Amino acid sequence: MRYHPLTDADRGAMLAAIGVESVDALFAELPAGEPTFDLPNQQSEINVERALNAFAKENLSCADAPSFLGAGNYRHHTPASLDHLIQRGEFLTAYTPYQPEISQGTLQTIFEFQSQVALMMDMEVANASMYDGATACAEAAAMACRITRRSRVMMSGSVHPHYRDVTQTQLKHLGLGIACLSPDPIGIEDLIGRVDDSLACVVVQNPGFFGHLSDLTPLSKACHAVGVLLVVCVTEPVSLGLVIPPGAMGADIVVGEGQSLAGPASFGGPGVGLFATQEKFIRQMPGRLCGETVDADDRRGFVLTLSTREQHIRREKATSNICTNSGLIALAFTIHMTLLGEAGFTRLAEVNHANAVTLANKLDAIKGVKVIPQTFFNEFSITLPQRAAAVAETLAQKGVLGGVPVSRFYPRYEELENILLVTATELTTEGDMNLLVESLTELLS
Amino acid sequence: MTDIRYTKEHEWVRQDGDSATVGITDYAQSQLGDIVFVEVPDEGKALAKGAEAAVVESVKAASEVYAPVSGTVMQGNAVLGDAPNTVNSDPSGDGWFFKMTLTDASELDGLMDQAAYDAYLKDCDA
Amino acid sequence: MTDHTNTTSGHRGLIFEEPLIFELDSTGSTAVDLDEPEHDIDRLGGLRRRGPVGLPGLSEPEVVRHYTRLSQKNYSIDTGFYPLGSCTMKHNPRLNEKMARLPGLGDIHPFQPESTVQGAYHLMDTLASWLKKMTGLPAVALSPAAGAHGELCGLMAIRAAHQAAGNDDRMVVLVPESAHGTNPATATICGYSVESIPGNGNGRVDVDALTARLGPDIAAVMITNPNTCGLFENEAKVIADAVHAAGAYFYMDGANFNAIVGRVTLSALGVDAMHINLHKTFSTPHGGGGPGAGPTVLSDALAPFAPVPFLVHDGNGLRMAEHAGDKDAPQSFGRMKGYHGQFGVFVRALSYMMSLGIDGLREASGDAVLNANYLRVRLSEELTPSYDGICMHEALFDDRFLKDTGVSTLDFAKSMIDEGFHPPTMYFPLVVHGALLMEPTETESKATLDQYCETVLALARKAKRGDTAEEFLSAPYLTPRRRLDETQAARKPVLRWKPEPLNHAAR
Repeated sequence: MRYHPLTDADRGAMLAAIGVESVDALFAELPAGEPTFDLPNQQSEINVERALNAFAKENLSCADAPSFLGAGNYRHHTPASLDHLIQRGEFLTAYTPYQPEISQGTLQTIFEFQSQVALMMDMEVANASMYDGATACAEAAAMACRITRRSRVMMSGSVHPHYRDVTQTQLKHLGLGIACLSPDPIGIEDLIGRVDDSLACVVVQNPGFFGHLSDLTPLSKACHAVGVLLVVCVTEPVSLGLVIPPGAMGADIVVGEGQSLAGPASFGGPGVGLFATQEKFIRQMPGRLCGETVDADDRRGFVLTLSTREQHIRREKATSNICTNSGLIALAFTIHMTLLGEAGFTRLAEVNHANAVTLANKLDAIKGVKVIPQTFFNEFSITLPQRAAAVAETLAQKGVLGGVPVSRFYPRYEELENILLVTATELTTEGDMNLLVESLTELLS
Repeated sequence: MTDIRYTKEHEWVRQDGDSATVGITDYAQSQLGDIVFVEVPDEGKALAKGAEAAVVESVKAASEVYAPVSGTVMQGNAVLGDAPNTVNSDPSGDGWFFKMTLTDASELDGLMDQAAYDAYLKDCDA
Repeated sequence: MTDHTNTTSGHRGLIFEEPLIFELDSTGSTAVDLDEPEHDIDRLGGLRRRGPVGLPGLSEPEVVRHYTRLSQKNYSIDTGFYPLGSCTMKHNPRLNEKMARLPGLGDIHPFQPESTVQGAYHLMDTLASWLKKMTGLPAVALSPAAGAHGELCGLMAIRAAHQAAGNDDRMVVLVPESAHGTNPATATICGYSVESIPGNGNGRVDVDALTARLGPDIAAVMITNPNTCGLFENEAKVIADAVHAAGAYFYMDGANFNAIVGRVTLSALGVDAMHINLHKTFSTPHGGGGPGAGPTVLSDALAPFAPVPFLVHDGNGLRMAEHAGDKDAPQSFGRMKGYHGQFGVFVRALSYMMSLGIDGLREASGDAVLNANYLRVRLSEELTPSYDGICMHEALFDDRFLKDTGVSTLDFAKSMIDEGFHPPTMYFPLVVHGALLMEPTETESKATLDQYCETVLALARKAKRGDTAEEFLSAPYLTPRRRLDETQAARKPVLRWKPEPLNHAAR
């Protein structure tokens, strides 16, 4: 087999050195009887490619259809150098940097990643990443409960439903109460009025799931007045190039999904969870952390640090059971952010917003269609005169991925049935927008 | 000379009338390695014998420090916040963790004296 | 011993000193040219950012050089041998990377109408089918993002099953003392209290101690098999039967599945749930720390409680059950992860599985175990193996061979680095002193293993001379950085670059 270097001659020599007759003899302790498996034998690259291409061809991709899909996963341009750099074998096939002397490549990129995330969110410190935004959100809620020693969490209706569901699942056995407010398409929920000192934290999303941008400063003040922490979720980090960041609005913990900057949609995974907080909370922060230090020759270097929070040392008392982070995806995120730099990142955000504003105006002009939020970044919800899921399906048959129906996430809320989430990015052309408008107009007439 | 008593978890406690000072032994600090962080209890905290009182962290390990006897915390050692290495350099002196009142001084009788602790250490190293 | 070849630039041949991106900033520079926005009307409601983000600007050549130089400071599987016990550092085939990037796989959105992604669903279903057939268990939850996440999946399913049966008093999970730290951490997050079961002196679980502790308060037992000492728990079925008779579930940690893939079914071992590390056994790359995937196979008893989302076959094709509590998933314990799981990792793993086939997977476990035993036998000449007899895919040594040398396991391992080898897993499992756990995997040649053995034996002989401790203590000498001060990093954490004047004048 092409990945297995041992030859029969090698095996013979090794078996002789060990003193057993055959490789199978090494497995004498396994249960008796040779199980058979209904699986095919090995295949050449040619055959494997053929099989996987067959799966690929059954799908409609954004290469073949203009896409306006978002809902937490966003399509952006990835610069050509990015993929070449993350495919360097020294990055791709390296292990976790537990031996820092031979891992300064990984460690320095993590340090740079942590710095970038902290700057973007305007927070004091960020970790080396988590599995994804949703699990990062769950970890943030648990962390807030540990810090405040309170056991109630309130989640705004602006939070992505997956983040909400994952938080409820991850925390269900920790004796914590999660109160979820109803989905809030119009942006009218009263969070401030519900803040009291029984809460560990309030969790909100900005931009919200339905698109709204909010000033979280009054909410953060109301929370801090009674010792409640503010957790903010960011599902589209490109927004941080244009919108006031959560740290500047008083957030205590900020979590997010880095996928949009790390690379293609990849059907939703793997992503990269972003996690940032203030220095006073460092010891309660889950996940890996990279810190600066010096080596024996007094040169600057980097190491994983504060590991005593983690599972391999604290065992039962760990802050979380997380072992892996999202290494390579975090690397892609940081390389893209380095390629963009201040000028590129702010320009990217501006173009996204400008395109979204243009698209919103065009859609608003269609009879029966109404853009819901007054403010948004690059994604907004629209109401249609028909069920959004059926509209999206029909548009797809016509070769337009027109938007994500909210009913996919909230199947039991009839009042949300006609709402579609629509996104524009720097990749959205005037032609794409006009095609969506024409198709939608035709469909609705 | 004040009598020092020891626990199986390598804490020492030195009685001083109605109160006592608690720390970890030289053996404990050498097992932990370079200490990077100490969390001492707040003044006024009530501690039952055997309850978790403090946390000590080194680069490779984290350990709870338990109350060797029952009482109430009078003072945590504020020096350890900025200089956790004091626990390594002077575990029985300046590296003390906290001072507490004693609810029941007779609890000290159940702990090991110097000779018993030295003998216990020999078993630990075996 | 410092290097005497001081250079003006600080670089030394192909080893470059590389600053932080923040120190390479050219204000206004960028490597990405974007067209200006079409207009400047905004709908931000006054929430436009007030100041700069503070990011550095670099041109494309500077960025490429920066990351190329950094990559060259990394050891990797592509570079050399990683005998890391419990990690299964096998070759990462590039075919997997090519497949993950295929148009139609890499660029599909998770919330496209399901009729437009049937190929993606078929791929996931095929992966699921391979995992079920390979293990002999009838169901699999694909969504956990890593091994530890898979453990949580298994335990949550177990807890849900107990709750459904009204077994609210079962609140204890038993874990061998040799277990990986994720096991007790996961059990705690699931609300259980954890009790440790000792080993039996033969490197395996003390079956008598375990069965004695079984009772009406035990929810589950978590066993790693082969265990963390690299040994097959040959009484696994006996344990499983006892566990089931006591009304509890048997969770198997699948981190070491590479040793037994293609040679045993989990049903023969009485397993109710097991997570599989796709980034270990199934060759998906470690990427400097992730991403991974930890799909969890489940027995019939636990399958109804599996997390959403999962695939459902109906008349029209495949669709995703996405909501716990609805018709498709009435008893599901909930959602563990956003979207549909680690799809990019699924593609890579399936590409590998199809490449190897069942005969190739059998050959993989065979060669993995052969390589580990070869190391065990050769290195036993100078090192002290912790247990006698055949091992599985990893060989465990302890530090008895270093007694009275003044050299610790850590120093010994660091000395391997100068010799071009990544150290093995150290100080784990905790059940032996100064552990060195070595897992070669099947993708290493005999020549590499021979060179490794010769090197390690030479180092052992050098340590045993008794007068070389100083040299070991300061190793490595030849790497881009010498030993790093981890104490300073933890005492005064500097976790990011800070703009002036917030910079700490620490140096």
